[in-house]
Amino acid sequence: MNGVHDMGGMDGFGKVEPELNEPMFHADWEARVMAMVRAMGAAGAFNIDASRYYRETLLPATYLASSYYKKWFLGLENLLVDKGYVAEADIAAGHAVQPAKALKRGSFALSDVERIMVRGKFDREATAPARFKAGDRVRARNMHPATHTRLPRYVRGHVGVIERDHGCHVFPDTAAMDRGENPQWLYTVVFAGTELWGADSDPTLKVSIDAFEPYLEPA
Amino acid sequence: MSAYVCAMTSQHHDHDHDHSDLSETELRVRALETILTEKGYVEPGALDAIIQAYETKIGPHNGARVVARAWSDPAFKQALITDGSKAIATLGHVSRTGDHLVVVENTPTRHNMVVCTLCSCYPWELLGLPPVWYKAAPYRSRAVKDPRGVLADFGVSLPKDTEIRVWDSTAETRFLVLPIRPTGTEGFSEEQLAELVTRDSMIGTGFPRTPGAPS
Repeated sequence: MNGVHDMGGMDGFGKVEPELNEPMFHADWEARVMAMVRAMGAAGAFNIDASRYYRETLLPATYLASSYYKKWFLGLENLLVDKGYVAEADIAAGHAVQPAKALKRGSFALSDVERIMVRGKFDREATAPARFKAGDRVRARNMHPATHTRLPRYVRGHVGVIERDHGCHVFPDTAAMDRGENPQWLYTVVFAGTELWGADSDPTLKVSIDAFEPYLEPA
Repeated sequence: MSAYVCAMTSQHHDHDHDHSDLSETELRVRALETILTEKGYVEPGALDAIIQAYETKIGPHNGARVVARAWSDPAFKQALITDGSKAIATLGHVSRTGDHLVVVENTPTRHNMVVCTLCSCYPWELLGLPPVWYKAAPYRSRAVKDPRGVLADFGVSLPKDTEIRVWDSTAETRFLVLPIRPTGTEGFSEEQLAELVTRDSMIGTGFPRTPGAPS
């Protein structure tokens, strides 16, 4: 979706402001939100792509005005309600008043913690040969799905070069929407700064994205 | 002061909007945790264990050990650049690293910088959870268009003919920058080298410390 989360190339957000000796969390509730998202995802309530999609579908004004973990919380609440794990009535009451719904992988236990401290595996068996190889010129498609995608707007329509083939990976565009893993070839594609930003671009700049095959066409 | 009291009193103090908003969030977060626990979705204590694991197991010390080994051992460095996840798995003293880790090497002619314009993708096993600036709009919007301007915000400048390669983390691949080993470190042990490796030098928004410089 062409949401406000797709920020690459936007102007006007001001300077980057690093915080000296920044703590891991700025409030206890932030840590609780992070842990709830990780636990419910690991228990099978949603996949990582759906959790991203639910943050992207927050109203743009809310997205921009909310802290990082506030966005995580709002996305989590919406996601759990939409998937039927939590009812609006539970939230209104502040505790469980509706029955629980079975989780795909059962409830999240203490013994699951070690497992989630490693990122998941997303490569899958190929179901078709790769269409592109390193060195091929490709154009990022001029596509604007209204649902989740990982093709940023700033590269759409632009020509780059395939640098690396990562094999087949879970396709976020379908996984986020509960339409299956639908594995697709994944490539690092490199764009010249001048191709993306025009003649005024820093001439020393190159930008790469990791692009799934359906995002690309020969150029 | 409890969050509840805070939220109630703040209704009478409209000037303190941020504070009341935070308190309302805190109440909502607590309520959701109560609901998840009451429904049996999360075993009591499991959330505390997740938080404790994040606070103790992951962090830039892991990435620093990887970089220090690469600076010390050319064969390891080559293996790391070929397949980051596989090479790191051979280092027993580093937190387990997920798949699809790509290590990108800085050279005198090329500087690498990592961003996630769409959200906050980051090699957290090696660097810890990302800092607020990495997840916020100024960095995400500008890193791909004006990386030298972003570097200036960090007080970093590069020669004008150095190529800048920005890696936008748009899939489940993760990127770790291998910075250039500082001069004056001949004969340093891996432990001494690891002390010089900063988090930002592994994102590409900073350089390692030089020996003798204040940390």
